[in-house]
Formats: sequence, structure tokens, C-alpha cells
Amino acid sequence: MTRATLVRANLGRHKRRTILTVLGLGIALFLFVTLQTFLHTLRSIGDIGSETHLVVTNKLGIVFPLPMAYRARLQAMEGVESVGYASWFGGIYQDPSNFFANFAVDPEYLAMYPEIVVSPEHREAFMADRTGAIVGVRLMERFGWQVGQTVTLQGTIYPGNHDFTIRGVYSAGRKGFDETSLFFHHRYLEEIARGQGMDGVVGWYVLKVTDPNQAAAIAQAVDEAYENSASPTRAQTEKAFNLSFIGMYGNIGFFLNAIGMAVVFAILMVSANTMAMSARERFSEIAVLKTLGFTDGDVLRIVVAEAAWIVGLGLALGLGGAVLLFNVMDFDMGGFAPGLSVSPGVALGAIGIGLLIATASAAIPAMQAARLKVTDALRYVA
Amino acid sequence: MKIPLIYNIRSVLHRPTTSLATALGIAFVVLTFVGMLALANGFRSAMISTGRPDNVMLLRQGADSEISSGISREHASIVRSLPEVAKLPDGRPIASADAYVVVAKPRLDGSETHMPVRGVSPEVFELRDEIRIIEGRSFEPGHAEVIVGRGLVGRMSDVEIGATIRFGQQDFTVVGHFEADGSAFESEVWGDAEMLMSAFRGPVYQSVTVRLADPNAFDALVARIEGDPRLQLQAKRESEFFAEQAQFLGSTLEFIAFFVTIVMSIGAVFGAINTMDAMVAARAREIAVLQTLGFQRRSVLASFLVEALVIALAGGVLGCLLALPINGIETSTMNWQSFGELTFAFRVSPKILLQGMIFAAVMGLIGGFLPARRAAKQGLAAGMRRG
Repeated sequence: MTRATLVRANLGRHKRRTILTVLGLGIALFLFVTLQTFLHTLRSIGDIGSETHLVVTNKLGIVFPLPMAYRARLQAMEGVESVGYASWFGGIYQDPSNFFANFAVDPEYLAMYPEIVVSPEHREAFMADRTGAIVGVRLMERFGWQVGQTVTLQGTIYPGNHDFTIRGVYSAGRKGFDETSLFFHHRYLEEIARGQGMDGVVGWYVLKVTDPNQAAAIAQAVDEAYENSASPTRAQTEKAFNLSFIGMYGNIGFFLNAIGMAVVFAILMVSANTMAMSARERFSEIAVLKTLGFTDGDVLRIVVAEAAWIVGLGLALGLGGAVLLFNVMDFDMGGFAPGLSVSPGVALGAIGIGLLIATASAAIPAMQAARLKVTDALRYVA
Repeated sequence: MKIPLIYNIRSVLHRPTTSLATALGIAFVVLTFVGMLALANGFRSAMISTGRPDNVMLLRQGADSEISSGISREHASIVRSLPEVAKLPDGRPIASADAYVVVAKPRLDGSETHMPVRGVSPEVFELRDEIRIIEGRSFEPGHAEVIVGRGLVGRMSDVEIGATIRFGQQDFTVVGHFEADGSAFESEVWGDAEMLMSAFRGPVYQSVTVRLADPNAFDALVARIEGDPRLQLQAKRESEFFAEQAQFLGSTLEFIAFFVTIVMSIGAVFGAINTMDAMVAARAREIAVLQTLGFQRRSVLASFLVEALVIALAGGVLGCLLALPINGIETSTMNWQSFGELTFAFRVSPKILLQGMIFAAVMGLIGGFLPARRAAKQGLAAGMRRG
């Protein structure tokens, strides 16, 4: 009889216990990976922001607009390659619970984002239609929209119902880039705004700079140029801008994470306890093995191999399941959290926890078993 | 014949380690459940406790928040003079036309947020009588002075009394701190509407709130406003408006709470089955004795279920006790719906604790069922031989 056979026999003896322990570990690790991936994805929004793009907003905050007249002066600034602008529209589709982002953008803005991938035919059709819109592929799926369809958005900032014709679909050129927005022509927004006395302004400018090393200097030059105007600006790299958005959530993510981790930890403890319990139950058996001539090292290896199997299967379930769900199947929790993807760092973390559990749950019983005197053990009643 | 409960309690106490391990697993799940729901509840109640039902808030037609709204001076004064609006003894309407903006400001920890700033009418302290100055004094109309809600104090920079906050091209002095029954107003900066309008958006209000002279006159007021062709306004009860502003983040937090706890509870149930199973196996002889004494299988099943329940409820109580200290811990976040910073406290309510206990009991019953059935099914002779 080989050691492998023994390990297999032991795992198979309490089938229900083995299966439940593996499942319990799998669930704890799955939750760990999901929580970490969620927070990691949120944090990585900052990394998506480009260093060659400067976002210029009103210094008072992003709900305050900037004059459209700034465009020409920004364009003329040294080191600025192109200037795009956009405005938040805030339209509601049928019901407020259908929330999605909708922006008015100028052609230059779209050109600045190679991540917004639109086929040439769609782009052309969009450019040719005054009320045309480009819609993210996930948003199309969510509402079952078709290209050519007219959708009506209720204005929140701009009162009334406004019609848009879907002329194109965009997909993200990079994983993690948003695919749930609707873009339309800024000219169309100006038409709407003119009727309501809200024209002549834009939400924010995006500057593409020729040299990323000059970005900070250009940002400073922009802010100085408008310092004493009625609408002072705040220019920052897109990365910093995105990070400041994430920062607004405050430490709520920290709290959720801390609470979630407490439970993951507890379940892991329970699993480890079960595994240690299994080992303790067999002291008299181990004594028999030792009588038969198995060395302490052999016994240790058997106990460790058992723990390794259980943890390995748990990891395969938990980590493998999360990778399958998020990375392969692209699960977005019903639109709640699109673009989740298990990062190598998070995966390594899960593997590390697995190793820790395997070691912790095997170490004490293994050591006890190895040190065990045969006569004591045979007397031991589990 | 029923096996007495004291047998189970003694049995649980007799195996402290195993019982504790199982109870701890359940306790931590209950702790998470209570903790996460307390976060969601705290956020919701801060918003829900904001405003009174007999105050009516008017926004521009179609606006979904104060930020996206705009009301002209002319329309504001029409609304103030409507007959449904309550009046002070001197004839002034109990109403406030608010200029509401959110301003990008850093928190003390360095992260950035949008601080809500509300310009109000002098009658606002009659309208929103939950406001109390706790330090310093109130702002003087016509002066560049503001008062700061206690939710922002200690979280944002430049909000101590005597500090200067710059809005646009104008400096405002902080002259007082106020509280407002834990409502969202406590996360706002208040000043004279006229002064703040000139610093920000110019002569446009974002909302007008009025007190109903007769609390039942809400429908009458709505009908009058909708029937007035000059006014493009929508009316909501003030309390309802703020409760709606909690919808999105509130349900998101609840979703996360339920997702995490449901997944975790499955893990805890597995752990409970394992430990109960081991317990049943270790007590084979004891069960056989019970059977010899004449206890029926049904009684053995019930007894082990009760034992699982005892452990689970102990875990539930422990989880609830562990969760209690988080009650009152304050945190703040950006509420995207109102687009402003909101400070709120974890709120552990009796309802949440009860839900946690029910949750623990369900976990105990599910986790205890299979082992209990195994115990009940055990043959008498086999049981005597084992152990």
C-alpha cells in the first residue's frame, strides 16, 4: 500500500465531511476573490486615466460649467495638441432606476479616446445625423436596443423629452473601460440649451498634450490663465481626476472590505478546525502505521498531503470559479458591476491564504502525530 | 417522549471547543450581516430623517435632484405667496428659497469630495425647526458668513469656527456649528441665499420649500401649482424627496450586504454540518443509550435539531453583541444622487438584530438537520459497538 492510496482512502472515508470542507473553503476563497476584485477594479479606474490627457473643470466643482469661449484659448496654448469638450446630460430613460451615463461630446473628444471603438460605417452614420447617438454595447444589450432605433430621454437638467437616434455601437478597446454610456453631439445639446437659456457653456474640457512630461506645467498654465476670471479652472491629469472620483466614496469600501474579510477569516478558521479534527480522530490509526514501520516523516507527509488536497480542491473551486465567472464569462452581477476581472495579484493572495490554511490545519496535528508514542496513541480515545 | 432541553445544553457545554468553533462561525456571519445592514440602514436613515412631511419641496419640472434644478426669483416669490403656505404672526411665509450647490473640497484625510452648500432664507429656522446651533452663533443675513453642520466638522478642512472658506471669488467666515437630528442637513454648509448666490450661480434658486398651513393641504397645493401655467414646478413632501435621494446608494449597500452574507452563510452551514456530524459520531454510544432508554427516533432527531439551534442561537447572540460596538461609528461618502458628501453613522436597529437572530436560527436548523437525521437513523446495536 502506497502513501497515495492511504491519503485517498482517508479523504474518502468521511465523504460528506471532505466534500463540505472543500465547498466551505471554496466559498470563502470565492468571496475573498470577489470582494478583492471588486475593490481592485474600483481602484484601477485611476489607472485607466491617461497621463497625456488633462481634464479641465470649473474650480468650484464639476457641477459648475465652463464658458465655451475657453476653447479657442486652450487650443492656442503651447503643448496642447487638441481640445475636446463634453457635458453631462443627465437624461432619464423611462424610469430613474434605469440610470446610465449620457454625455454630449464634440467630435474632437471622441477622437481622443481610442478606447471607444466604433466601426467606420457607424461613425460616419453618427456624424451625419444631428440627433445621432453612439451607445455602449452593454447598454444596447441591457435595453435590447437596435441600431437605427429612436430613444427618448427625459431631461433632468434640460427639461422636456429629447429624442436620439442610435447610429452606432461602441465597444471598449481595453478591458475595464466603460461600455454602458450614451454619447451624442454637443451641437445638439447646444440647440436644446439655447431654447432654455443655458447655452454657451460646456461641462469640462479634455486637452491632449504632446508631451506627458509637460502635463503638470500646462495644467498650471491653464489654471493661472483663468485664475481671476468669473470661472476659474482646475486642470489635472485624467488619472488624477479619476482618482479623485474614487476618493469621493470615502472609506465605505474599507468598511465593507473589513467586515467581509472578518467572515472569510472565520470560515477559514472553521475549515481548518474541521481538518485538524479529522487528523486528531485518527491518533490510534497513526500509531498502527508507526507500528508497521512508517517513519515520522511518512506520517507528516500523509497528513500534509491530505490538507493539501482539500485546500487545493477548495482553491480550484473558489479561485477557479471566480476566474471563470468574471474573466471568462464576463459576469457583471446584472449590470451592477461591469468589467470585473480577477487580477494576478488577487489570485496570488487567494493562493497564499490557501497555503496558510493548509499549513495551519496540518501543522499541529501532524506534529502531534509525529511525536506520538505508539503506546499512548493506542490508548487514546478520540 | 421528549428528551429534555437541559440534556442539550449540558451536552453543548460539555464540548466547549467544538461548540464554540461552530458558534463562532455563525457569530461571524451574523456580525457581517448586522454590520453591513447597519451601514445601509445608517445611510438610509440619515436621508429619511431629513425634512418634515408637512414641508413641501418644489423643484423644476423634470429635475431629479436639487443640483439639476433651477427656479427663478419670480417663480419663488409666486410660490411663497400661495394661500396654502403657513405664515408667521408677522405675515411672512414659513418658506425658504434655497440656492444649493456642491463645491469640490478636500476631506481632512486628503481625499476629495463635494461639500454641499445651501443658501437659505431668513425664515428657514422656522421652516426646519430641527436645526440647533451647538456652537458659536447663526449667520447674519447680508453678511459673508456661514454655519457648518456637525457632520462636516472634523472631516473637512477649514470648517472650524473663525475659519475662512473661499467660494468663487469671495471669502466666507464660519461663525457657528449646527446639528439637525442626524439628518443630511448636518453634512451641509448654510449661509444667506443672497450672499451665496452671488458667489456661485447667480440669481437662480435650486429649490423652494414651504410649510403647509394645513398638513392635509398637500394635494391642494400640488393642484394649484400644476394648474398655474406660469410655474413649471414639481412638488414633493420634503421628507419624501430626501428619502428618494437615498434610493440608489441604499439599495447598492443592501445588495452587497445580502450577497456577501448569503454566500458566507452557505460556508457557515457547511462548517456546522461538519462539526455536528463529528459530534454525532463521537456520541454514538450515548445515542444508543438514549434509544435503549426508550426514546424514539423522532425524539432523537428533535433533540439534535434543538442542540444545533442552541449553538446557532448562541452564535447569533454573540454575533449581535460583537456588532453592537459598531453602532454609532461615523463615516462619510459621496451620495451621487444628491451629488454631495453625506456623513452618517452605522445604525444597528432592533429589527436588524432580530433579522440576524432569525438568520442564525435558520443556519442552525439547516446545518443541524443532516447530522440529526444521521443520529436518529443510527442502529441500536451499531451504536453500542462503536465509540
